[in-house]
Amino acid sequence: MIDTALIVGQSGFPDPMGGLTLSHYLFVSAAMMAIGLIGFMSRRNLIIMFLCTELMFQGAGIALIAFSRYHLNYDGQTFVIFVLTIAAAEAAMALALVVLLFRRRESLSSEEWSELKG
Amino acid sequence: MMTGAEMITAASSLAASAEPLAHGAGGHGEAGPWWVMLIPFVPFLCAAMVGVLAVFAIRSKLPAWLTVAGCLTSFTLVVLAFMGWDGHGVISVTAFRWFDFDWGDTVGTSFMADFGFRFDGLSLLWMLFVSGLSSAIALYASEYMDHDVGVDYCRFFGAFCLFVFSMSCLVMADNMLLLFLGWEGVGLCSYLLIGYFYRRPAAVAAAKKAFIVNRIGDLGLLLGTLFTFTTFGTIEFEPLFAMIQANETGTGAALSESWQVWGIPLLLCGGAFGKSAQLFFYVWLPDAMEGPTPVSALIHAATMVTAGVYLVARMMPLFLADPDLIALTVVAWSGTITALWAATIAMAQYDIKRIMGYSTVSQLGYMFAGLGFLASTGGVFHVFTHAFFKATLFLACGAVMHGFAGQLDMRKLSGLWGVPGFKIVTIAMLIGCLNLSGFPFTAGFFSKDMILAEAFVTPDSVIWGSSAAGWVLLFTAGLTAYYTFRVFFRVFVGPTIYEPGDELHGDDDHGHDDHAHDHGNGHGDAHGSHGGFHPHAPRWAINTVLTVLTIGSLLATGLYFINRDEHGWTGKMVHASSANVGELPWAHHDDHGEDHGLAPVGVNAIQTVAFQHDDHADDHSGDHAHDDEHGHAHGDDHGHGHAALPAGLAAHADAEAGKILGDQDPHKVMYYISGVVGLVSIGIAFFFHFMGRTECSAPKMDAISRAIRPVSTWAERKWLVDEFYGFIIVTPLRMISHIFHWIDKGLVDIGLVDNAGRLPRVVAGAVRPTQNGLLQGYATRMIGGVVVVLLIVVLILY
Repeated sequence: MIDTALIVGQSGFPDPMGGLTLSHYLFVSAAMMAIGLIGFMSRRNLIIMFLCTELMFQGAGIALIAFSRYHLNYDGQTFVIFVLTIAAAEAAMALALVVLLFRRRESLSSEEWSELKG
Repeated sequence: MMTGAEMITAASSLAASAEPLAHGAGGHGEAGPWWVMLIPFVPFLCAAMVGVLAVFAIRSKLPAWLTVAGCLTSFTLVVLAFMGWDGHGVISVTAFRWFDFDWGDTVGTSFMADFGFRFDGLSLLWMLFVSGLSSAIALYASEYMDHDVGVDYCRFFGAFCLFVFSMSCLVMADNMLLLFLGWEGVGLCSYLLIGYFYRRPAAVAAAKKAFIVNRIGDLGLLLGTLFTFTTFGTIEFEPLFAMIQANETGTGAALSESWQVWGIPLLLCGGAFGKSAQLFFYVWLPDAMEGPTPVSALIHAATMVTAGVYLVARMMPLFLADPDLIALTVVAWSGTITALWAATIAMAQYDIKRIMGYSTVSQLGYMFAGLGFLASTGGVFHVFTHAFFKATLFLACGAVMHGFAGQLDMRKLSGLWGVPGFKIVTIAMLIGCLNLSGFPFTAGFFSKDMILAEAFVTPDSVIWGSSAAGWVLLFTAGLTAYYTFRVFFRVFVGPTIYEPGDELHGDDDHGHDDHAHDHGNGHGDAHGSHGGFHPHAPRWAINTVLTVLTIGSLLATGLYFINRDEHGWTGKMVHASSANVGELPWAHHDDHGEDHGLAPVGVNAIQTVAFQHDDHADDHSGDHAHDDEHGHAHGDDHGHGHAALPAGLAAHADAEAGKILGDQDPHKVMYYISGVVGLVSIGIAFFFHFMGRTECSAPKMDAISRAIRPVSTWAERKWLVDEFYGFIIVTPLRMISHIFHWIDKGLVDIGLVDNAGRLPRVVAGAVRPTQNGLLQGYATRMIGGVVVVLLIVVLILY
């Protein structure tokens, strides 16, 4: 395993990865980020918007793991584990907030909340 | 009164300690008894207590009694100090050290001033009449102001007490800074009291005018004090006079050759003329008659306005140090011109209180002229007698005003002798008028005579044109007698006709008039019907005070006969002070035939100190002083056989006495001349304003004034001086202020301030639409930001 890993690491992405290269992973990551972003901007439903942020989050995580693997440096992966943990906690918080906001206005639309309008 | 009586008892127990004060001839600032400092501080304490009463809006006459008690205490202490005074020394008491700075070791780098009081002949004399008159006038005011009992009453008496405090500080100061404090203090109190009826625009304008005109003069006093400090390195009188006597400045240079020797006196003159309403500054004093009459009597006739005379008398050594006597010539001539000028205006006025105001200006001119002719005794004596008779005159006018609802127009009052209850007022007025017009053997006669005679005695080479000034003053004396008796003959005698003024105020406890009175506006509805109007006669307080002052102004005559050797009691007091001009080289032989019979008049503390500098003095003025034929044989073992003439006088030691009056004793000649002038003028007034008069107006005089119409109208309108000042000073100032106002409005207010406020608003207006409040909007801009940063990183940094 270690040997193959070394070999793989030194010759781009190895066959065991199915012929995939770093670019593929980064493409997926960018796609997730873009989908999340578009979703966040286009939708008004708070839960959907929240899910979109999660999507962007994970897109960034994939990019981190891909680079980590590419450089054979595991810091990135370690980091992502922490990110996931925090994301879980944050998700709980965010959903709680959404529930509270919903109770206030009986609606999930983000347009209900525009008090910062100048 | 009770409180006052108690105070006297309490104070007399202090008399025992008064005995040992100020012993030792010519001592340099004997430390006096501690209670001397109570003289100013008791009135100050009263002012504070009256202030407390004002806070509680006490509706009683308590403030008046407090004031009377405080002033009486002061007066008693002054009398005690006077009795304990040795006749020629200086009593000095220091309350506390006030300023003490030291910032180097050259002249003018160490500044020291005590809150210290100093009694010599001059300040004792001044304090005697200041505290005495203020007690009497406070008592008078207790009745006069009784329609204002309440907060206004407290306000009046608070300012009154504060005035007495300030005046005491001014007179008793032992340095120029404390004098300045008192000077400004009396100015403030004068302002407060002139503007007492602050709902009347005229009173407010008069108060402002007095204050502003005085400030202009005070600048002179302030600069004079500052230059005194830079020149001599001290502003305390004792060392200052010692240096002046030794003719040296702080650096040891000869004083008589420096510019300060005439510069400082001229600056001080500015202050003196402002406070004493001389020359260009007189305009404020007649207007100050808007204040309540007791204030006019005390502040604007008897005491405060004489502060200028006091200043010149006090600083006499400095005035005399100038070899050319420039400042004294200015003093003499401005006094003369002012005396004449104010008298001409007074002749044409109809408001009796205004006439008294102008006559005060005129008489102050006499006092200054007296000082200018080196007759400080005459000048000071006139201050003293004038204080009494002018206060009497004002208080009599005030009694008329009080009784006739503010009526002061002599065209609407006549024959008050016939009105019940006005006998004492009329007699007081008569005595006052006799004094003012210099009727023979009144106090005013002797004091004015001293000044007039001295004008002729003083050689023209010493004071430029002094005999011409003497003639002017003599003519003015005639005018004075005329306008004074014009008032008396029209208002107080003749057919009894009167018309009330427009300030009807019902006295609840009086019961004489039953008009409802609205305290709020002070001007009741005017109704000219005599039917409902009964003049209310003065009651005991006013009558008592008038009687006391009348007797006082009669007794003042006697002062002339005490100590004849030294020109009366006043002469003795003046000689024991810095106002002493010493034995004049041209001094005449006086009527008791003694050659230079005046013992060394100059043995005051200052000169004694100065003798220690004799060596110095000899360098500068010794030559003249030595062959001064009036060498003083003072049997002192101080070793000074000759008078140390001030530099200014030494320069004129060989001047001859004025010869205009022949070889007669000028004082004797002047008795006859001025007596005749006074009597003739009274006769003229009698002819025009009394003989055959059956109505309020005087037809004979009216015909004359119609005949000289432009002049008489011009004089009635005060020679249009106020209008002239308005044209050359007030209008240009107004125009300049308008210009600056526009600049301020356009450039500063709109240009800078308003635009500075508008800028953020404009920017915000432009940026605000971007804040749409939607989450997506913010996200978009956030992402936009990230993109921009990325672009910068990618495109520019790589």
